Amino acid sequence: MNLPGAASAATSIQVDLWQVAASLALVALAAAISFWRRAGLERDIAVATVRSIVQLTLVGYAIKLIFEADTIWLVLVLLSVMVLFGAITARHRATKVPRSFVPLLIALGLAGACTLGLVVALGIFEPTPRYLVPVGGMVIGNAMTASAVALDRLGDEVAGSRARIEATLALGATASEAAMPIVRRSLRSGMITLVDSTKTTGLIFFPGTMVGMLLAGAEPTDAVRLQLILLYVLLGSVAISALVATGLAYRNFFTPAQQLREPGA
Amino acid sequence: MRRRWDHGRVLFELREVGMSRGGRAVLDSVGARIPPGATAIVGPSGSGKSTLLRLLNRLADPDRGEVAYRERPLPSYEPLALRREVALVPQLPALLEGTVESNLVYAAGLAGEELDAGRCLRLAGLDPEFAARDVAKLSVGEQQRAMLGRALAQRPKVLLLDEPTSALDHAARDAIEAALAELRRELEISLVLVTHDPEQARRLGDWVVRLEGGRVAGCGPLEQVLA
Repeated sequence: MNLPGAASAATSIQVDLWQVAASLALVALAAAISFWRRAGLERDIAVATVRSIVQLTLVGYAIKLIFEADTIWLVLVLLSVMVLFGAITARHRATKVPRSFVPLLIALGLAGACTLGLVVALGIFEPTPRYLVPVGGMVIGNAMTASAVALDRLGDEVAGSRARIEATLALGATASEAAMPIVRRSLRSGMITLVDSTKTTGLIFFPGTMVGMLLAGAEPTDAVRLQLILLYVLLGSVAISALVATGLAYRNFFTPAQQLREPGA
Repeated sequence: MRRRWDHGRVLFELREVGMSRGGRAVLDSVGARIPPGATAIVGPSGSGKSTLLRLLNRLADPDRGEVAYRERPLPSYEPLALRREVALVPQLPALLEGTVESNLVYAAGLAGEELDAGRCLRLAGLDPEFAARDVAKLSVGEQQRAMLGRALAQRPKVLLLDEPTSALDHAARDAIEAALAELRRELEISLVLVTHDPEQARRLGDWVVRLEGGRVAGCGPLEQVLA
C-alpha cells in the first residue's frame, strides 16, 4: 500500500518533551477525581502512567532499531515478545479458567500470524518493518483484549451454569456439546466491543490511527482509508483470537472422561 | 402392583469407595450392592447421597475404590454410552433453553433413539400438550417432570434420581411419585433414588442403602434396613 500522506506526515510534526510533560496535567486530573470520589485508583493511575512512559519509550527505541536494521527477523522477534506478554497479561484477567496461558498464547499467535499473513498476501501492506510493527502491535493488543474478555466471560459462564452443563453431560453429551452455548456466548463477548465500536466509528468517536494521521498532517481521505483497513484487520484478529482462546480453554474445565472438573481442580 | 425383582443379581457394586472434597471425606470406605429394581439411597443432608449417585454414571470418579455396573468396572464402559444407558436426573431442573419438545429431541438425538414425545411426557406425568411449552414458563414441578421425560427419551435402562421432589409441594411430589410408580409398572427400568425422606423411600423403594457421615449404615431389603 502506498500512503504518501502517512509517509510525509512522519516528518511534518514535531512533538517536544515539554508537550508530553504538559499532558500529564490530565493524569493529575484523573488522579484527583479518583481521590475526590474515593475510587481508589490513584496508585493504579500512577503505575499506569510510569509504565506507559517506560514501555513506550523502550518500544520506541526498539522500533527505531528495527526500522534501521530493516530485517523481517527482528520484526518477528518483537511480535513474538508481544504475543508472550499479551498472553501473560490476559491470563490475569481469566483467573477462573484453569491453565489459560497456553490457549491464550496460541490464540494471540494465530491471530497475529493469520491477519498479518493475510494483509501481506493480499498486497494491502508491504512485508516491511514500517508496516508490520505498528499493525502487528495493534493486532496483538486487540486480540489480547478480546481473548481476555472472552475467557473472563467463559469462567463466569461455567461457574454460573454448572448445573445445566452437568445435566447435559448426564444425557451422554460430550463436553463440547455441553459447553457449546457458553462458548458461543463467550466468543460473542470477546468480539462485541470491537463490532460495536466499528458500527459507531466516525459518528461517536474517531479511532486512534485516523486521529494520529490527521494530527500528523495527512490527507483526511488517506487517514480514513488506512483506518478502515485497520478496523477490518482488527475485526479479523479479535474473531480469530476469541475463537481459538474459547475453543481451547473450555476443554480445561473437563476431564478426559467428559466430567466437569470441580472448581479449582 | 410392584414388579418382583431378583435381588440376587447385582446392578451396581461399590467396593471400598472413598472420595474427598476440600480436604473433607465425603464418602469413606463405602461398600454396597444395588440390585435391579428400585433402590432408595437415604440419609441426612451431607451424608454423601448425591455424591454416590454421581459416581454411578461417572459424572465423577471416586478417589479410591471401585464402582462396577453389571459386574464390569465403570471405567471399562465408554462414558457417553454409559450415561445414555444410566440416565441421571439432577436435583434441580436444568433444561436447555427452548421448548420441552426441543429438549426431548436433543436427548433422543444424543442416544440415537426415535422420539415419541407424547409417550415420554405421559410417562413423566405431563400432558403431551406440554411439548410446545417454553421451558422458562414452566413451574419447578413441571420442569422436574420435563427433566424426567427428557431422560426417558433416551430409553435408559437405569434412572438415577437425585431428590426428585425436594423442591416441590405435596401435590407436585405426589404427581412425580405416581409417574415413577407408573414407570416401574410399564418399563423394564431400574430406579436409584436419592431421598432424605424415609417415607418416600418406603413408598418407592424395595432396596435401601442408608448413609451416615459418608459411611454405609445399612444396605439391604427395605423391610430390613428401614424397619
